[in-house]
Amino acid sequence: MMFNLINRKIFTLLKVQYSNMLEYRVEIALWAISGIIPFFMLNIWTNNNLNESINISDVMLSRYFLCAFFVRQFSVVWVVFSFEEDSLMGKVSPYLIQPLNPFLRYFAQHLAEQITRFPFALIIAFFFFIFNPESIWIPKLGLLLLSIVSTFLSFLIQFLIQSIVACLCFWTEKASSIERLIFIPTLFLSGLLAPVVSFPEYVKSWIYLTPFPYLIDFPANLLSGNETNISGGLSMQIIWILLLFPVFRKIWSSGTKKYTAMGS
Amino acid sequence: MVQNIIEVRNLSKSFDIASKEPGLKGTIKHFFRRQTKRLKVIKDISFEIKEGEIVGFLGANGAGKTTILKMLCGLIYPSEGSILVSGYLPYRRKENFLKNITLIMGQKQQLIWDLPPIESFYLNASIYDLDKFEAKKRIKKLSEMLEIDEELYIPVRKLSLGQRMKSELLAALIHEPNILFLDEPTLGLDINAQRNLRKFLQKYNNETNATICLTSHYMKDITSLCKRVICVHEGAISYDGKLDLLLKKLSPVKEVLIVCRSEDDAIKLENSNFTVKNKIKNEITIKIENNSITSSLKTILNNFDIEDLFINEPPIDEIIGKVLIKKDYDV
Repeated sequence: MMFNLINRKIFTLLKVQYSNMLEYRVEIALWAISGIIPFFMLNIWTNNNLNESINISDVMLSRYFLCAFFVRQFSVVWVVFSFEEDSLMGKVSPYLIQPLNPFLRYFAQHLAEQITRFPFALIIAFFFFIFNPESIWIPKLGLLLLSIVSTFLSFLIQFLIQSIVACLCFWTEKASSIERLIFIPTLFLSGLLAPVVSFPEYVKSWIYLTPFPYLIDFPANLLSGNETNISGGLSMQIIWILLLFPVFRKIWSSGTKKYTAMGS
Repeated sequence: MVQNIIEVRNLSKSFDIASKEPGLKGTIKHFFRRQTKRLKVIKDISFEIKEGEIVGFLGANGAGKTTILKMLCGLIYPSEGSILVSGYLPYRRKENFLKNITLIMGQKQQLIWDLPPIESFYLNASIYDLDKFEAKKRIKKLSEMLEIDEELYIPVRKLSLGQRMKSELLAALIHEPNILFLDEPTLGLDINAQRNLRKFLQKYNNETNATICLTSHYMKDITSLCKRVICVHEGAISYDGKLDLLLKKLSPVKEVLIVCRSEDDAIKLENSNFTVKNKIKNEITIKIENNSITSSLKTILNNFDIEDLFINEPPIDEIIGKVLIKKDYDV
């Protein structure tokens, strides 16, 4: 009964947010196109033969960056910016007095956006294969399913990290500037610009202790069929979620006590 | 006996406010060392509200009435004192408490801007665990009460302010709350829309016996809906009681414009023992105390040749304005 009610809430939230996102289809297409950094990186890597130093073939590298593009498309998070704006404009107030955590709204908004983004990402992949026909491959079903799970877990980790930062809006008005500090290691250590395997050994040893390589590098390697420690990667993703969730709960509960409902 | 639904005891709220000296020097100083001062915006207030009551909170801008509403609905934590709303501590935001209340803030919207209001209604219905059938029934009932129909299917961004406000109300009332906190609900609405909204709130109160706490700068909202008012002055309660009593106390006399048949009659009236405000030809304005208005008018009609007379109520805004700038009203 309880499960059904929660399910119905989430389903309705998703349905409504999906309808809302369809209103922004042109913007979403542009956002999808704006996520093509991995293709630029691929170009830099192959033109400079950098892949030879890490023993990855051109084809595998192409697949890696295509998968990195896909993982990024379905794990990108902007909750800190939405929450900050809503908080400053007083829009959070009506949500706070409803029997639903406001972050579930943002969560549904992100999922709905990902569903809307899907066809555009497929079109970009289609063009990628036209220009790189040697990279065409069909991933194994098992790996495909695992990489979907892993991409969702990556999304959850990023959503939790940003939600924790977003909650800082209760103390500081510009929590998004703190997010910028996290963006830099995310950019460099997640595998968006370079596969983590290309990093020096001593750097790799501690990078794998952070959540960053599990955001893009791990799911992208999984999907592209590169050698990777599947159980280790998935376990680390789950551990990070289990660590971040109570932190989010704590900071949310402390933050709402500090809420001043300004702007409303 | 009607139960108290809201009980507030010695409630206070303080905020830390950043303070900065003007000019470049002040800005640099502020950059390196932020200075804050603690401002007590609500000062030790106590009151009770009974089930089904409509209470108006009056006060100048910044007096603290919205802060009181925010504490009552659980949006912000109190610094001191206690609040009990429908048996719950509001700031704990328990699910059953939240299902019992609603907060409507004028021009602050919860509707999804790019979608028709109906989508937001169904979303709210599922948030409050209403099934589709029940949601449909309530949307129909409330839209009839609010006289909205086609607007339900037009994107919110294309609705007029009045239509949007009606939709906001419907979204906020779909779960049929027992307690309504309304902060300036008629802000920015035209006269007809204001009147319709007031009519609706009165009807909602009659039909559901809901308790309504209302703040408004439009005196018409207060006079037509609230029998009781709580006046807030600099965070403290300056008056809590019947609106009628307050108006009588603050405006003990009425002005009566009398049009006499001839100027002679006007002179005769001027020389009688009534308090004359002014006299222009055969028209004379006199002041009569509220408690002797009937007998005085009887005397005038019996003793003077009167063509017409008009009783002028003093402007209510003016009277309430007096309350807002005074610390204490003992009526």
